[in-house]
Amino acid sequence: MAMLEVRDLHVAFPRGKRDWIEALRGVNLTLEKGERLGVVGESGAGKSMLAFAILNLIAEPGRISQGSISFEGTNLLELSDRQIRDIRGNRISMIFQDPMVTLNPVLTIGVQMIETLQAHRKISKREAHKLCVDKLKMVAIPSAETRMDAYPHELSGGLRQRVVIAIALLTDPELIIADEPTTALDVTIQAEIMALILKLCRENDVALILITHDLGVVAEVTERLMIMYAGKCVETGKTREIIDGPSHPYTGGLLKALPQNAGRGRKLYQIPGSMPPITNLPSGCAYHPRCEFATDRCKGGAPELVNGVACYTPLKQAEVQS
Amino acid sequence: MSKPIVETKGLQVHFPLPTHFLSREKPVLHALNSVDVSIQPGESFCVVGESGCGKTTLGRAIIGLQTPTSGEVYFQDQRIDQMDEATRKPIRRDMQMVFQNPYASLNPRRNVFETLAEPIRHLMPEKSEAEVKAQVDAVLSATGCDLSWQRRLPHEFSGGQRQRIAIARALVTNPAFIVADEPISALDVSIQAQILNLLTDLQAERGLTYLFITHDLSVVEHFGTRVAVMYLGSVMELATAEDLFANPKHPYTRLLLEAIPKLEGGSFDKPRTPGELPDPVNPPPGCPFAPRCPMADAQCRSERPALRQLPQSVTQVACHHAE
Repeated sequence: MAMLEVRDLHVAFPRGKRDWIEALRGVNLTLEKGERLGVVGESGAGKSMLAFAILNLIAEPGRISQGSISFEGTNLLELSDRQIRDIRGNRISMIFQDPMVTLNPVLTIGVQMIETLQAHRKISKREAHKLCVDKLKMVAIPSAETRMDAYPHELSGGLRQRVVIAIALLTDPELIIADEPTTALDVTIQAEIMALILKLCRENDVALILITHDLGVVAEVTERLMIMYAGKCVETGKTREIIDGPSHPYTGGLLKALPQNAGRGRKLYQIPGSMPPITNLPSGCAYHPRCEFATDRCKGGAPELVNGVACYTPLKQAEVQS
Repeated sequence: MSKPIVETKGLQVHFPLPTHFLSREKPVLHALNSVDVSIQPGESFCVVGESGCGKTTLGRAIIGLQTPTSGEVYFQDQRIDQMDEATRKPIRRDMQMVFQNPYASLNPRRNVFETLAEPIRHLMPEKSEAEVKAQVDAVLSATGCDLSWQRRLPHEFSGGQRQRIAIARALVTNPAFIVADEPISALDVSIQAQILNLLTDLQAERGLTYLFITHDLSVVEHFGTRVAVMYLGSVMELATAEDLFANPKHPYTRLLLEAIPKLEGGSFDKPRTPGELPDPVNPPPGCPFAPRCPMADAQCRSERPALRQLPQSVTQVACHHAE
């Protein structure tokens, strides 16, 4: 049985008294132990919503309106607040985008780390302190002992994100959900942080859900990939296979639009238009107004995810036809 | 080489920091340390580097949003950094800027027409209202904006549309030179390609010269003609885009290139040691990159390398060991 299994997940927000808007429109996901999954999409595609939904953290008035999330056989949506706290931050950790927001600015690194650990483990302060220093060393923070007494503002962006990773690893989780962990950082620091996350996941057999908009990062780090568009998964499969031969026109467009795939001085491929807001989705396949292969069938019915792609005319087939 | 359109000589920008009331020290942040660049007409001159390296300060100092501490800025052979506002006004027409975040750079209470008409009314007071209207219409269609947008406010537009409006605002006075400060980094991937193509098209139509400030080297490879790699307020390497990617000379450039996530994968497999920009208030005495450099020796730590031309090449590099 898979470690994490998300089935037909819908997240809805109320509009007016009776109307609901769906931010996630039926997402399926399976994750094996130690597997690394990349979730890619543009802003508004629902990728962060998916992460929050997995931890049952959807803020009011939004709610999970349908579906199930089973983690090691237990449905997370049926647990009480108390029971889910045993999983959230303990067996499933999360790393957010901006470390300055994640860390409490008025508490030292040490206090925050020990607090996290003591919330989940019966452990003395001294033992906790030792364990925290070990984790800081594990994420390659220089002079870890003295950093325990530092405040977040005394650290650089890269070191802060390392601290956040150390906190996420404190309880030896089985799954880490990282929501754009390096978007706020420089390229060189991003390379350091992603190399670190990759190494730690491999060494400790931790599963990873990496949410990002950067196809280069997922190509480097993940084994499986899920492309999201307007609250749905449009393509999923092995990262390598999707990057080398995308099936959905949207994935193909994203890859073709990358500057490194165009010749110098040549025009870039561009996907026309922009992603529709979830309040105003087109009928049929949500991508059809931007799709160059769209037919009348695409305007009518929404394609289901079949063989890892939700499209009536997937690219390989479309190329054969044309 | 033909005559440069923009040139800086020994450009320095220092920011004084607040002094502690008991201390006699006057800390100064060295944002730019003697930068010499010359930009040829029709170029897409790119400036790359990590945050805090001074790339935005360079753009702002050239365009006149930041008064240099010392050094000279020339535009079409005229020295502009010490001009008073009245003599400078006609030059402002020819130099415009596109900012990073279109959510912050457009006035939320001003409709698109007013946003675009303002620079014409201010910088070209000889134009009549009808001419202003015609010029706004022309620039809107040139940047792929719909003419019906004119009475609408910025919040009604998506990020990509706003960036188009910001580009239209920069172009409305028919400038020759545009400073684009990270114009695509706040946008989604599919929108980035649209904006980059727009900038390329406009350059071809109008013969624009760009100073393109970015941290994304893959954009530079596609878009740039020449590249300046900056680190802690200094230019570390100055080369054509082809040379920089085919044959990077400075160890910092190599570090930047290695750090780009690649679709082929494999570059994050070995762990990296944390490296940080040194404190720009107390920069190290020698080469600013020496603390992170794998090739650094005693000379690097004591003596600051100057930007020098490499033999048999147009590449300039500030490194004792590059050859």
